[in-house]
Amino acid sequence: MQTFQYTKAASIDKALGAASGAKFIAGGTTLVDLMKLSVEKPSGLVDINLLPLDKVETLPNGGLRIGAMVRNSDLAWNAEVQKNYAVLSQALLSGASPQLRNMATTGGNLLQRTRCVYFREPSAGTPGGYGCNKRTPGSGCAAMEGFNRMHAVLGTSDKCIATHPSDMCVAMAALEATIQTEGPKGKRTIAFADFHKVPGDTPHLENALEPGELVTYVDLPKPVEGAKSVYLKLRDRASYEFALASCAVVAKVEGGRIRYARVAMGGVGTKPWRSHEAEAALMGKAANAETFRHAAEAALKDAKPHGENAFKVELAKRCVVRTLKMATA
Amino acid sequence: MSTSPDSIIGRATPRIDGPLKTTGAAEYAADFHFEGMAHAVTVGATIASGRITKLDTATAESMPGVLLVLHHGNIGPLYRTVPGDDSATNSEVRSPFEDEVVRHWGQHVAVVVAETLEQATAAAAAVKVEYALEAANVRLKLDDFKGERKTISDRGDVDQAFDDAPVKVDQTYVTPVETHNPIEMHASVVRWDGDRVTLYETSQGVMNHRAVMAQVLGLPLENVRVVTRFLGSGFGGKLFPWPHAAMAAVAARKLNRPVKLSMTRRMMFSNVGYRPRTEQHIQLGATKEGKLLALRHEYLNNTSMLDDFDEGCGEATPYLYSVANLEVTGAQPRRNMGAPMWMRGPGAVPGLYALESGMNELADALDMDPLQLRLKNDAEKDESHDNIPFSSRHLRECLETGAKKFGWERRNAAIGSMRKDGKILGWGMAAASWVAVRLPCTATVEFCANGRLCVRCGTQDIGTGTYTIFAQVLHEKTGVPLDRIDVILGDSSLPSGPMSGGSMVTGSVLNAIADGANNAIKRLQQLAAATEGTPLHGAKLETVAFTEGRLHLKDQEASSGAHFADILGAAKLSRISAEGKTVPTWEDPKSKGFSLHSYGAQFVEVEWEPEIAKLRVSRVVTVIDAGKIINPAAAANQVAGAVVMGVGMGMLEETRYEQRTGQPINGNLADYLVATCADTPDIDVTFLDYPDPIMGEYGARGVGEIGLAGVAAAITAAVHHATGVRVRELPVRIEHLLESKIVSV
Repeated sequence: MQTFQYTKAASIDKALGAASGAKFIAGGTTLVDLMKLSVEKPSGLVDINLLPLDKVETLPNGGLRIGAMVRNSDLAWNAEVQKNYAVLSQALLSGASPQLRNMATTGGNLLQRTRCVYFREPSAGTPGGYGCNKRTPGSGCAAMEGFNRMHAVLGTSDKCIATHPSDMCVAMAALEATIQTEGPKGKRTIAFADFHKVPGDTPHLENALEPGELVTYVDLPKPVEGAKSVYLKLRDRASYEFALASCAVVAKVEGGRIRYARVAMGGVGTKPWRSHEAEAALMGKAANAETFRHAAEAALKDAKPHGENAFKVELAKRCVVRTLKMATA
Repeated sequence: MSTSPDSIIGRATPRIDGPLKTTGAAEYAADFHFEGMAHAVTVGATIASGRITKLDTATAESMPGVLLVLHHGNIGPLYRTVPGDDSATNSEVRSPFEDEVVRHWGQHVAVVVAETLEQATAAAAAVKVEYALEAANVRLKLDDFKGERKTISDRGDVDQAFDDAPVKVDQTYVTPVETHNPIEMHASVVRWDGDRVTLYETSQGVMNHRAVMAQVLGLPLENVRVVTRFLGSGFGGKLFPWPHAAMAAVAARKLNRPVKLSMTRRMMFSNVGYRPRTEQHIQLGATKEGKLLALRHEYLNNTSMLDDFDEGCGEATPYLYSVANLEVTGAQPRRNMGAPMWMRGPGAVPGLYALESGMNELADALDMDPLQLRLKNDAEKDESHDNIPFSSRHLRECLETGAKKFGWERRNAAIGSMRKDGKILGWGMAAASWVAVRLPCTATVEFCANGRLCVRCGTQDIGTGTYTIFAQVLHEKTGVPLDRIDVILGDSSLPSGPMSGGSMVTGSVLNAIADGANNAIKRLQQLAAATEGTPLHGAKLETVAFTEGRLHLKDQEASSGAHFADILGAAKLSRISAEGKTVPTWEDPKSKGFSLHSYGAQFVEVEWEPEIAKLRVSRVVTVIDAGKIINPAAAANQVAGAVVMGVGMGMLEETRYEQRTGQPINGNLADYLVATCADTPDIDVTFLDYPDPIMGEYGARGVGEIGLAGVAAAITAAVHHATGVRVRELPVRIEHLLESKIVSV
């Protein structure tokens, strides 16, 4: 870990005025970890734990505004979230451990970085270390020919196959959340689908935030009337492990036909993976196993396995089918 | 030997050291802090094979707080231990920084000592090492081995018998590298006083640790003291010293300051041992009725480039079943990997995974209940040792009791046929066994004038309840309440006690404690009779009794006599003590001609949701025959813990070696999966509790390992029963389960 300046911001304005090269620190559950591994080497940390962004409020349009500093535990157990956005509560509770969830924040979780073992090696991207285009563009990708069982099959490029690890983000993708930010250039709203980036040729660029820009809120739209939502996470062990495949579904069935469907997947994509293909395959169709399987096939149509993670294609399909079944039951 | 029903021997007894642990007062090795203590951090090699061509420490040495950088160029003399000296067993042949050769990834190439841990960590990262790279062999598969195989056991003509057998199994079973992951990481805190050194260590054997350190550091034995008051478990990884202990000792000597060196979890995967990979070829031949005719067990386990580590997978194979024709062979191909080390149930645990998997496959081939196959082939005598009798073998009862508790008779053998709550159930079983040996032990028992009773022994409690067993035996012998008994363990300056390994401590210490208590009581009786002013003065020795801490005449009430504290007071003595000894089984004429082992049966249920390829171990029934159980609470805790470890072995654990570098690439607890609380099945532990007459006082054999034996084979059998997928390479993964032809309930 390299030496850094630590400052505590008492207001959003003060936080935004921090020196360049500094990073915001909220719960620290990813950032401190990565600093210890020499993956993150900020010259300064701006502690934003005092910012008044720790509330969950109902919006005039019937939606929900979640402060960036709301802890994962608080959000998961929020009565409104449990009632109207069950998929989000379930996703949050399937992630990490109670201790981590008590610290981790909504804003921080949006920025959670990959668990690729090569990315997390202290020397990755340095001469003699494992190649990692996320760490050092152009240094290569050791995971392509290495330990890639946990890696992505969707949204990959020949530069990077790292999986986005968040459960929360998968639920938010299905809920069509929007992200509110504030930065040196003012406030803006970013659609969830535009927030995370696929690696392409620039895997080191992971999201739409500009330097010094701060996530302030995540807004959820008004709950879809009559819809049910479910998150399902599949993994090797029963707790404290990242997804091999997960699925978030918001669905509404009327007269046996699917009238509303949002499908997102985790554990398989380089970003929280919204599947418009699956949704298209579901709309207006009978809510039955055949439809679900078609949707799952559509969701994984472009999947590209690498070595050890080939099984994820079939596992993700089964995950989608089961989640659809649960959400339409 | 026999105990009354209300005896504390055999009664669930809370740990006497429990409050120290729950309040944080128990001092583990890394908890020791001394004035002026410096911190050491090691630098690991980033290659698996080659030579150090340049080691540039200039930058590191110029960094704030740095006191010393040690490496092969300046370590000074360190020594290897004498080959074959069983009293000084080391983990690695090579002493640290012995030369510039790197033989595995992570091998220590330097150690940086600084005022603070942070300074040492930063400086360790600044040590620049250049290497001349050589071809490394980190190939996981061992099947290219062409060398000699050692015969471990053989009888009859296994070739002919196997050829002629009407029903056969011929399969290879693989267990991956597993890494010990005790929650407490290895640490050494070293303090010198002139030419005498004290090491606060994470050790499963303080006496051996002292002997090794004396040899490695070139010191007289009496100049070295090793202390391990408490251990956050070891699972075998802390049996013998690892190189960091000597590195810390040299640094502390050079600086003339105490030094602390603590391993990180990452280093735990490359520098302090692991269970090696095993590849085991099993051939079983049987009659159509299921009588075994031939058994061949050929195993390979990897070892390091310098160490000859034999996992000993054939440990239980030769005696478990009755079979006229048998051969067990083993060999150890070398790899550019760290030295392997015993891990809970070494040899027998991977060995029984293979043997019992073979037996389960044979049962299927015979269309026979796997329980009946075991019962049919149960051995009456140890056929591997001239048909000598077993000291106490109740494998049959383990199997039958377990079957009853589990409900095995309700098993429908058809694959995928059993259901519960919308899930498919799979049931599997296996037999288990583990060796029993009584090691030498000395314990000193001391009656004190303050009314307390003290026992000292140079063994250690590695978290299993050894402290409490000492107190139980003393309470049984003297009636002194547990809260007035002081148990002093974990210090090499105490009378020599056994290593905490191989489930051997309990069986080894009991005789010495009991003997020590008897001898101390005798001395107390002599003292009472010889001391004026006590009610027993002048009494003939044979008329003096000892009841509940009081000495009195045999024909009178205990209340008529005097408490031992008063006797010591009258004699103006602070204490009176006596030594007790355990004779090891190999020197005991009574144990000659007996085959000593523990036995067990494992019954496992898995729940399978084929639609999402989700399988979890849901229920385990374990029946253990380990002699007399001294503390059923601690023993059940050991066995249940071992079963959870078995779930890890069966379903989760595998150390992955990056083939381009030789690095254990999943060397952390997020990527190396151990079972969590949520993975813990419903576990039912039963002890048969038959004292072993050959083991001596109380007849206990120890329970540390046996609970793990057989679990993985029972799991894979249950997996097959549920899914139809036969997994012969652990762990069972979702990848395997996706091959199941059953895709819905």
